Amino acid sequence: MKRIQFARGRRPRAIGLASVPLIAASLLSGCGSEGGHPTLTWYILPDNGGSVARAEQCAQASNGAYQVRIESLPSTATAQREQMVRRLAAGDSSIDLVSMDVVFTAEFANANFLRPYTAEETSRLTAGMLPAPIETGMWEDTLYGAPYKSNAQLLWYRKSAAAAAGVDPASPTFTWDEMLKAAVGQNKKIAVQAQRYEGYTVLINALVLSGGGALLEDVEAGRNAKPSLTTPPGEKAAEIVGNLGRSSAAPTDLSNASEEQARANFQSDQGMFMVNWPYVLAAARSAAEEGTLAQEVVDDIGWARYPRVSPDRPSAPPLGGANLGVGAYTKHPDLAVALVECINAEPKATQYMLDESEPSPYSASYDDPKIRETYENADLIRESIGDGGPRPPTPFYTDISGAIQQTWHPPASVNAETPERTDQFMADVLAGRRLL
Amino acid sequence: MTAVQDAPPKKEPGRAAISERVKGERRLGLYLTLPSYVVMLLVTAYPLGYALVLSLYNFRLTDPDGRSFVGLGNYLVILTDPVWWNDFVTTFAITVVTVAIELVLGFWFAFVMLRIVRVRGPLRTAILIPYGIVTVVSAFIFRYAFAIDSGFVNQWLKLTEFDWFGDRWSAIFVICLSEIWKTTPFISLLLLAGLVQVPEDMQEAAKVDGATAWQRLWKITLPNMKAAIMVALLFRTLDAWRIFDNPYVMTAGANNTETISFLAYRQNVTLVNLGMGSAVSVLLFISVVAIAWIFIKVFKTDLSQVRGDQ
Repeated sequence: MKRIQFARGRRPRAIGLASVPLIAASLLSGCGSEGGHPTLTWYILPDNGGSVARAEQCAQASNGAYQVRIESLPSTATAQREQMVRRLAAGDSSIDLVSMDVVFTAEFANANFLRPYTAEETSRLTAGMLPAPIETGMWEDTLYGAPYKSNAQLLWYRKSAAAAAGVDPASPTFTWDEMLKAAVGQNKKIAVQAQRYEGYTVLINALVLSGGGALLEDVEAGRNAKPSLTTPPGEKAAEIVGNLGRSSAAPTDLSNASEEQARANFQSDQGMFMVNWPYVLAAARSAAEEGTLAQEVVDDIGWARYPRVSPDRPSAPPLGGANLGVGAYTKHPDLAVALVECINAEPKATQYMLDESEPSPYSASYDDPKIRETYENADLIRESIGDGGPRPPTPFYTDISGAIQQTWHPPASVNAETPERTDQFMADVLAGRRLL
Repeated sequence: MTAVQDAPPKKEPGRAAISERVKGERRLGLYLTLPSYVVMLLVTAYPLGYALVLSLYNFRLTDPDGRSFVGLGNYLVILTDPVWWNDFVTTFAITVVTVAIELVLGFWFAFVMLRIVRVRGPLRTAILIPYGIVTVVSAFIFRYAFAIDSGFVNQWLKLTEFDWFGDRWSAIFVICLSEIWKTTPFISLLLLAGLVQVPEDMQEAAKVDGATAWQRLWKITLPNMKAAIMVALLFRTLDAWRIFDNPYVMTAGANNTETISFLAYRQNVTLVNLGMGSAVSVLLFISVVAIAWIFIKVFKTDLSQVRGDQ
């Protein structure tokens, strides 16, 4: 065994030397002060710089009252919610402003993560907006999220293929069944979002709402809300999804298709119909400019309102968008509300629509000449948002959406028993009797 | 040859009393390591204890007022739920397939790395490169390779319309492929460490006695490598049982390719259903401990007694 030499004198000095950095570090951390302009942190949904531009304009216009720091969230609604839920549940005071997808505004409001807007602030912030987006930001008759942008899905079709099939998708009585027959007859595909994610719930919700039903009854009962898919609208929705999934008009990667896959499928030679958000037209145009897409394809794209489920009932186009909420633990609530008012001003929303292809929640934006020039379908978008069908505003939305995704995926497996299974499963999950 | 081989040396009777200095050194050793013991205990024991406590409640983070005590109710729900057993089967399939193939392939690579003389350096580097790649990156590599619209595998195999990730077992096949590609080098390293320990003189003696290569492998090499094999097998089985990143990147758990870790993640992080999620995590922990216990019992190898001559 080796003899270990240990010099007695060195020990105290070693301890003394080791403690110096510790003391120094604690002194330095105490030095950071918050003197000067407070910095508001805004968690944005990722885009091409439009949010940053709006924030910069507001920070400058505030004449030094505040600075704005931007934090970018992930690109899907589920991932954004995941990031925010943990921070807000821990009482993070650095969250001043947060952009929330419309589906989890109710959840955050119910969990007391957001500061409610006063009645006076509400009337100021929502003046001139379309009613449906405002509803998405409300919970128990109080506004928690001021609409930042809105969105509604349209039906996109290839004019040449539709003419060959002899159908007119723009006709007011065009239904899903007709669309399926036309696509099968032409040997082409209908592109929808049927991956196991939020976009699939968007589709199913739109089908159910368009049939006159709803996913849940008495949403305010929270955990005890009653699932209502075992009704004629729910069964019709199951029939449509199942038929599409099993037909030859279903793209091969249907069960893995999100918005981008649907767009790619629609732009290929198999594409005939697609339901998607309005950004696809601008994306197709810029692709044609870059040369990655043929110009004939872009010229061949037509648009119409979201297809009906039955000829005598107008469709309920899926409503999307995002709201701006003020964190409940923020240190600067008044400044945050002032920032919201500045960011959400109508001219900025209109400019955002031009730059980012994200529809504005303001009705007046759609009369703007520049908007009408870029968006020939401006009136259709406004009408779709106005008649938009929101997803159920319940605090347990994630469970509801997850239950639907689980029981309705893959699309080819949906049959007549699916609505009943979903209702039973949803009730069990909400009560904690089943794992989601 | 002696009658008893490799017997540990007998301890001399009447050991000298431990001197004060040795006692002092041991105490110093204890003091020096005590902070890390405490930190380790805090970091592992506290979350474990908290998870155990949480699993007894029905608690959603976004509904703090609805918290209620359910005792072992969560465990009952999980163990009778088809989602749990589905994930169990998926995890079991992935574990068994990947570990078995990795062991065989890894052993082959280890053998090659040992015997090759000419290009030993570059060969060893080439074999180890997949292990140096971050797992998430490797998952993306295989995802893009097998993607139906942009991947090249379908082109090679002339399959135009086959969605690898649309069906449960083909997706699991790709996941296993990615795992095997990534971790076989690790196993081969561990097995190489065991291989070099096999005494050459035994091999020579067996060759002289007329044993075939196969007999030498089974009778001499493998028994002498038992500890290394056990370490490699145990590490890999535990890792494969807790697999998360490959299914997450490739399919996000769709088409029944979810694993137990993924279930725990979904319950805890996505749904913030902390009660149920903690129960899943505790069950995962228990299953990991059970696997380790089974291995140690089956192998009957006391790792501290392997090098009997010391």
